[in-house]
Amino acid sequence: METLEITEEKKSITAIQNISGSEAVLKAMIAENVKTIFGYPGGAIMPIYDALYDYQQELNHILVRHEQGAIHAAQGFARSSGKVGVVFATSGPGATNLVTGLADAMIDSTPLVCITGQVFAHLLGTDAFQETDVVNITTPVTKWNYQITDANEIPHVLAKAFYIAKTGRPGPVLIDITKNAQIQKFDYTGYTKCEHIRSYRPKPIIRKEYIQQAAQLINEAKKPFVIFGQGVILGKAEKEFKNFIEKGGLPAAWTILGMSAIATDHPLAVGMLGMHGNYGPNVLTNECDVLIAIGMRFDDRVTGRLDKYAKQAKIIHLDIDPSEIDKNVKTTVPVWGDCKETLPLLTQLIEKKEHTDWLNKFNAFTQKEIDAVIHEELNPSTDILTMGEVIKTVNELTNGNAIIVTDVGQHQMVACRYAKYNQSRSNITSGGLGTMGFALPAAIGAKFGAPERTVVAVIGDGGFQMTIQELGTVMQSKIDIKILILNNEFLGMVRQWQELFNDRRYSFVDITSPDFVQVAKGYYIDGQRISKREELNDAVNKMLQHKGSYLLEVMVGKENNVFPMVPQGCSVSEIRLR
Amino acid sequence: MNKQEYTITVYTENQVGLLNRIAIIFSRRKINIESLNVSPSESESIHRFTIVINETEEVVRKLCRQIEKQVEVLKAYYNTNEEIIWQEMALYKVPTDIIAEKVKVERLLHQHGARAVVIRKDYTIFETTGHREETEGLIKALEPYGLIEFVRSARVAIIKASNGFHEKLKEFEQKEPGEELIENEFLDKQEEVFTM
Repeated sequence: METLEITEEKKSITAIQNISGSEAVLKAMIAENVKTIFGYPGGAIMPIYDALYDYQQELNHILVRHEQGAIHAAQGFARSSGKVGVVFATSGPGATNLVTGLADAMIDSTPLVCITGQVFAHLLGTDAFQETDVVNITTPVTKWNYQITDANEIPHVLAKAFYIAKTGRPGPVLIDITKNAQIQKFDYTGYTKCEHIRSYRPKPIIRKEYIQQAAQLINEAKKPFVIFGQGVILGKAEKEFKNFIEKGGLPAAWTILGMSAIATDHPLAVGMLGMHGNYGPNVLTNECDVLIAIGMRFDDRVTGRLDKYAKQAKIIHLDIDPSEIDKNVKTTVPVWGDCKETLPLLTQLIEKKEHTDWLNKFNAFTQKEIDAVIHEELNPSTDILTMGEVIKTVNELTNGNAIIVTDVGQHQMVACRYAKYNQSRSNITSGGLGTMGFALPAAIGAKFGAPERTVVAVIGDGGFQMTIQELGTVMQSKIDIKILILNNEFLGMVRQWQELFNDRRYSFVDITSPDFVQVAKGYYIDGQRISKREELNDAVNKMLQHKGSYLLEVMVGKENNVFPMVPQGCSVSEIRLR
Repeated sequence: MNKQEYTITVYTENQVGLLNRIAIIFSRRKINIESLNVSPSESESIHRFTIVINETEEVVRKLCRQIEKQVEVLKAYYNTNEEIIWQEMALYKVPTDIIAEKVKVERLLHQHGARAVVIRKDYTIFETTGHREETEGLIKALEPYGLIEFVRSARVAIIKASNGFHEKLKEFEQKEPGEELIENEFLDKQEEVFTM
């Protein structure tokens, strides 16, 4: 079924060329302005790799050490650059190794196009060597997927793939191409970008009456509170967002993925939401009178117990994905649409205000949190290093200009709590899926996506060992990333839960590690390990100043906990400071 | 909210794999599909899924939004049984000798609105169409005479208030829905309109 519409005037008059399906794949990449591909060759994708041999000038292929590394790198690339990340992998195990990354990209709305090789079409369903039913395996974790068995389909299917991946709420797309289609010669008439698919409306129609209702609620509000997610970044609406909160004098808190959409020291920025978020935003969610949710999806880690979440408030929800409206939290006014378009309309209609008393309330909670948690974390009274003071040192030495890529666990929460950002697309982490092993490959990709920026990968001792093989990619691609291992010699987050909720029964969280500095050395990556406060500043500085990649391992307190915390099953206002 | 029977009507492109994409929306949430039918629709090249589930309206509405989110789905509607005209078809295989000997066949068929599709020496096949009670009524009537095989089709349903999909399809084929369309067509239809 053909659903692609080709605009007449855009149809370039190209001489018909007889080329292979593989070459058509690469021409599609070039036409979509792809410069970097993360991948790993194998039997069923060999024709594409053979064609790639002749395209090394146009396409920079980064050879990873495991396909999971390729897809996380593509995610990092997409998140730092705002472009579509591209992955090549072979059939069978190559393709199944992508599944974690697809699920991660799906839940965190990251635009990816993954090309997998597949066995010859006549072998489909025969349990051929390295055959897996990749399209069906990946259906729940892709925005769209498709199997190509005829080279003639390649140009328009890839055009659709890129269009679907990057428009609307972005997401991962997987295209499985059988080997015969890669080899097959066909009459290539050029590549036309996809602009419309009749069954797919990437942007819902903006309904002005809801904008008006939302503006009215905001204008009448005494205690309005903005909570925002990655939608602001994905919609490239940082400026529109800033204008909106500044005009309305609206305190704004971010989800883990919304972080860095506005500068962390903006006077209206009141902190992070969620389980390990800041004290004020969590408590005051249950005190505000109008809650304005922008490009976020009310994840359970943000809302805590739903039946006690913001029940007193009227709720305005701006989202590009209509299925998010009312999914978890019942909305008073739904504002469907791309927030790049809806925010200016809303800003126009709201009155210029300052909610000084209300904002001061947030500041008072911040002060309580500083006294109870933050001060001790950043200026510890013991000799034992904390994760927080390491992040503070990074902030000071990078002036908040680095991209910080985090893995998953305690260090992730600490980094997100204490990192300072001046520019958007600076916080790259696996939010929805919580994929340990994400950070190292994602940092590699992030650097390719933003080569001019400093990229610091903050990783725990557990997560690092999940994708440690990507040090090989760092070595071979000669990329410059800073690897900061926060080693507490535990699987810290699980240990914290076992301490708090399982009577300190530490069940299989005591993880041993190799000598990370020696491991890095084996990959010709310089590094050092420190465990004393007086070494910290120099060590971080040395890492940042080092030419090329560098690994700094910091030994931190073994049994430090991350607070505040909204325990599972509790309301956000029941957040614990200790 | 109480659970009740809802019929979901989905207009889609005809694409390999779409059935799976739609089915897993239910299975992921551990919701049993009572009946599923895929057929052509009134619009050429557009397929029509008819899915029956037992759920609360809130769940059904969310399911429909998830279904509509799929790239190759154009529209998903949900309706209660009062809002639709629906039918199921059933086939029954019975031994011809017993039936011929013991039953006033004409009367039985008439009673159940059924007809004989095949009559052979060894077996006879009846067919009936209707609601669940009707197809089940004939099972009960035939059971004493040695019902050999029974099969019932999925539900097919027509939405009473629907004007069909022809006009809607034209909207979808437009690149940008016009201003007029927004004002006239979609105001105050929050519950009905998801993607458009």
